Amino acid sequence: MYEWHEIGALEDIPRLGSRVVNTPHGDVAIFRTADDQVFALRDRCPHKGGPLSQGIVHGHRITCPLHNWVLELESGQAVAPDVGCATRYPTRLEGGRLWLGLNNVVSLPTTSPEAA
Amino acid sequence: MKEKLVLVGNGMAGMRTLEELLAIAPDKFDITVFGAEPHGNYNRIMLSPVLAGEKTIDQIMINDLGWYAERGITLHTGQEVTHINRARRQVYAADGTMASYDRLLLATGSNPFMLPIPGNDLPGVIGFRDIKDVETMLTAAQTGKHAVVIGGGLLGLEAANGLMKQGMQVTVVHVLDTLMERQLDPVAADMLRASLEERGLRFLMGANTAAVLGEERVRAVRFKDGLEIPADLVVMAVGIRPNIELAKQAGIYCERGIVVNDTMQTYDPKVYAVGECVQHRGQCYGLVAPLWEQAKVCANHLARYGIGRYQGSVTSTKLKVTGIDLFSAGDFNGGSGCEEIVLRDPARGVYKKLVVKENRVQGAVLYGDTVDGTWYFQLLREGTDIGAFRETVLFGHAHMADSGREGFSVMTMADDAEICGCNGVCKGTIIKAISEKKLFTVDEVRAHTKASASCGSCTGLVEQILAATVGTFDKTPKEKALCKCTEHSHDQVRKTIREQHLTSLRAVFEFMEWKTPDGCHSCRPAINYYLISTWPGEAQDDQQSRFINERVHANIQKDGTYSVVPRMWGGLTNPKELRAIADVADKFQIPTVKVTGGQRIDLLGVKKEDLPKVWADLNAAGMVSGHAYGKSLRTVKTCVGSDWCRFGTQDSTGLGVKLEKMTWGSWTPHKFKMAVSGCPRNCAEATIKDFGVVCVDSGYELHVGGNGGIKIRGTDLLCKCATEEEVKEYCGAFMQLYREEGRYLERTAPWIERVGLSYVKSRIVEDEENRKALYARFLDSQKFAQVDPWAERASGQVDAHEFKSLRRVS
Repeated sequence: MYEWHEIGALEDIPRLGSRVVNTPHGDVAIFRTADDQVFALRDRCPHKGGPLSQGIVHGHRITCPLHNWVLELESGQAVAPDVGCATRYPTRLEGGRLWLGLNNVVSLPTTSPEAA
Repeated sequence: MKEKLVLVGNGMAGMRTLEELLAIAPDKFDITVFGAEPHGNYNRIMLSPVLAGEKTIDQIMINDLGWYAERGITLHTGQEVTHINRARRQVYAADGTMASYDRLLLATGSNPFMLPIPGNDLPGVIGFRDIKDVETMLTAAQTGKHAVVIGGGLLGLEAANGLMKQGMQVTVVHVLDTLMERQLDPVAADMLRASLEERGLRFLMGANTAAVLGEERVRAVRFKDGLEIPADLVVMAVGIRPNIELAKQAGIYCERGIVVNDTMQTYDPKVYAVGECVQHRGQCYGLVAPLWEQAKVCANHLARYGIGRYQGSVTSTKLKVTGIDLFSAGDFNGGSGCEEIVLRDPARGVYKKLVVKENRVQGAVLYGDTVDGTWYFQLLREGTDIGAFRETVLFGHAHMADSGREGFSVMTMADDAEICGCNGVCKGTIIKAISEKKLFTVDEVRAHTKASASCGSCTGLVEQILAATVGTFDKTPKEKALCKCTEHSHDQVRKTIREQHLTSLRAVFEFMEWKTPDGCHSCRPAINYYLISTWPGEAQDDQQSRFINERVHANIQKDGTYSVVPRMWGGLTNPKELRAIADVADKFQIPTVKVTGGQRIDLLGVKKEDLPKVWADLNAAGMVSGHAYGKSLRTVKTCVGSDWCRFGTQDSTGLGVKLEKMTWGSWTPHKFKMAVSGCPRNCAEATIKDFGVVCVDSGYELHVGGNGGIKIRGTDLLCKCATEEEVKEYCGAFMQLYREEGRYLERTAPWIERVGLSYVKSRIVEDEENRKALYARFLDSQKFAQVDPWAERASGQVDAHEFKSLRRVS
């Protein structure tokens, strides 16, 4: 089950930009694409833990600022040939307000070989 | 409904086109493929190693039948297409199978040319073209003893070598006196022949074949002078002829090959052709590299991107005979106005020749040591001015102090030798990826293995491994596309921005028909730079297209914190600044304080949300951003100069401060470092900087294009001048020329190697008017650039969202 939290307005995030929501499970990066869709991923690249929120958003993808891994915003999956996944969280946009769904249980990334 | 695409010819060119097409427009077409051979698609250039017993057929398959099925491609193997009805847009195979098309792609390849002599159709007389020929040869080798290969070209020699390895006695018959005359000059050809004779091949040079003799099957070959030699197998490798029968029958205009335009379309625009069957601008190609380039252009056009033109290829060749290193490219015979640079060492069996015209490489022949083949080929394609290193060019790239090469062939290295130091990738890993994943380009190797994906200094080694493993040289186009979002090169993008007066990323994407809606992490920062450097004060600086460091004006560290480097003009500081730095470090609990190589102080481990407060405190003490994070002017390093030093000839510190005050804040294609030394002892290390000044008693020596870092390069002397004012003018003009013409992420060192020092001199030293104009443009753009980004952000007025989290959820 998700617990929904209101986190702000769409305009709080620049187009092709990102903001961070601090949660007890760690930081979550909220991305806004050029077509005004909003996605949320755990703010840790599955490669070496880079802060995805600091990367460059293009299409529905994010490039990690540390070593240029590219992840799909919708699935959190790394774009081939890289392999890895960042945990994704559901978002909702209602009347200009943004909502983020967080798990009640602590979520673990599916792969995080070098997370420490 | 999807459009229908029919491909005739299941060879390398056609399939490569499909692969390129599927990569960019996977759902556009229903695809049907006809192949005359009964297999999936295989790497034809690797047939020679198969014949020599070094590889198996399975190892050279590129796509098995499952590959076609997975992609929903209908594949008819073993079916030769015999007829095209263009009016109805249908093709028919020999057995009556019909397929209709909206777009047709002909990739029918070529046929070996069989000499028109009596007996050329006897059993045992074959060409060397496909798996069937290889099988015939392997069978013949088991029963027969004598083989005759007619043709001393690339293919003939590879066939002869393979048959010899299979235990046959092989005689190579060549009509001319030198082998491989289209690739080699007489010296290299003789060395090659001697080496092959040593291995056991026999040669009959200047021999005219009159007839193949035999009743049931081939028995002997007779020459015009009456000589007869026994033969159980005759391989004709005298050339190839584009296979144009089908196209001709369908009324498509052909000359030697199927004539195509720059988008690979035949005279019927619904019909495309690629590969060895085509004739483009009067040229037919029988090598693999041009096919790759054609495939890419053709796929783009089929996908309706409409961009990208094929403009012909410069080709290079490599003989695939194990143990013999031979490379040739371009025009190696020279002509009027050409000079030859030759190195010949018979004892080592090494011969190298470069043909040079006006200091640009026109052609190369290498025998015995081909390590630098790719490098010479690159110099050739890019038209690099080799004036600066002409004396040592034949000693190879290793001599250019490239850390990636150490003067040996990479293939002599062990499999566990580390090739890519940044990402820890070994040679064996790269070879495995190339063969298992069927990689053909350096980009693909980079994507799959990460080798050469970081600093890039091992790219040359990776190219060598690729070349040796795949058996062909890379297919890097003459001008590389900026990134995968476009076919346009850096230079084309910048030219268009200038000519069309484009001032926003959106305008560039629309005008240049970008393939992606908003670019990627490679092209956006590049275009943003081209925009703001071309139209200062006019183009919008797009923060979301800046790498994080330039967006938040600090350097991101591996743990997500940042480092902060305040500017210290010319490396000078004072107690007040040092106290402020110490106070900031205490107040914000900054864990590491370090002195940098550029004479600045680095505060490492600052939390992102603290950045504006740290900057406010530093601003209060009079310090501004040091731009240690940017593709911009970094630092001006100085020595103490005539104020204190007993050797100092000029006020190097003062000049350094003046240069830094003039140039700070300017954005450049890559980072830009300067130094001023007060005497030729050069304590500020000015001769490894992008722009370095060495003071002498009579004035100032100006040095450019130096580089520490990955690939160390000493500067070139630009000129000498007499006054500080002149130094400033030359400095501004040089920076502006680099800002206007250097490609994004190209440092001054490779830029100068690309365009040549003489070009830079001609624009700055010899053309006073142009120098003054460049300097004026530089100063003009500085009016918009010299705003302290820290002060703007410390005030909370700019980009406040960057430094605050959106919400804290508990």
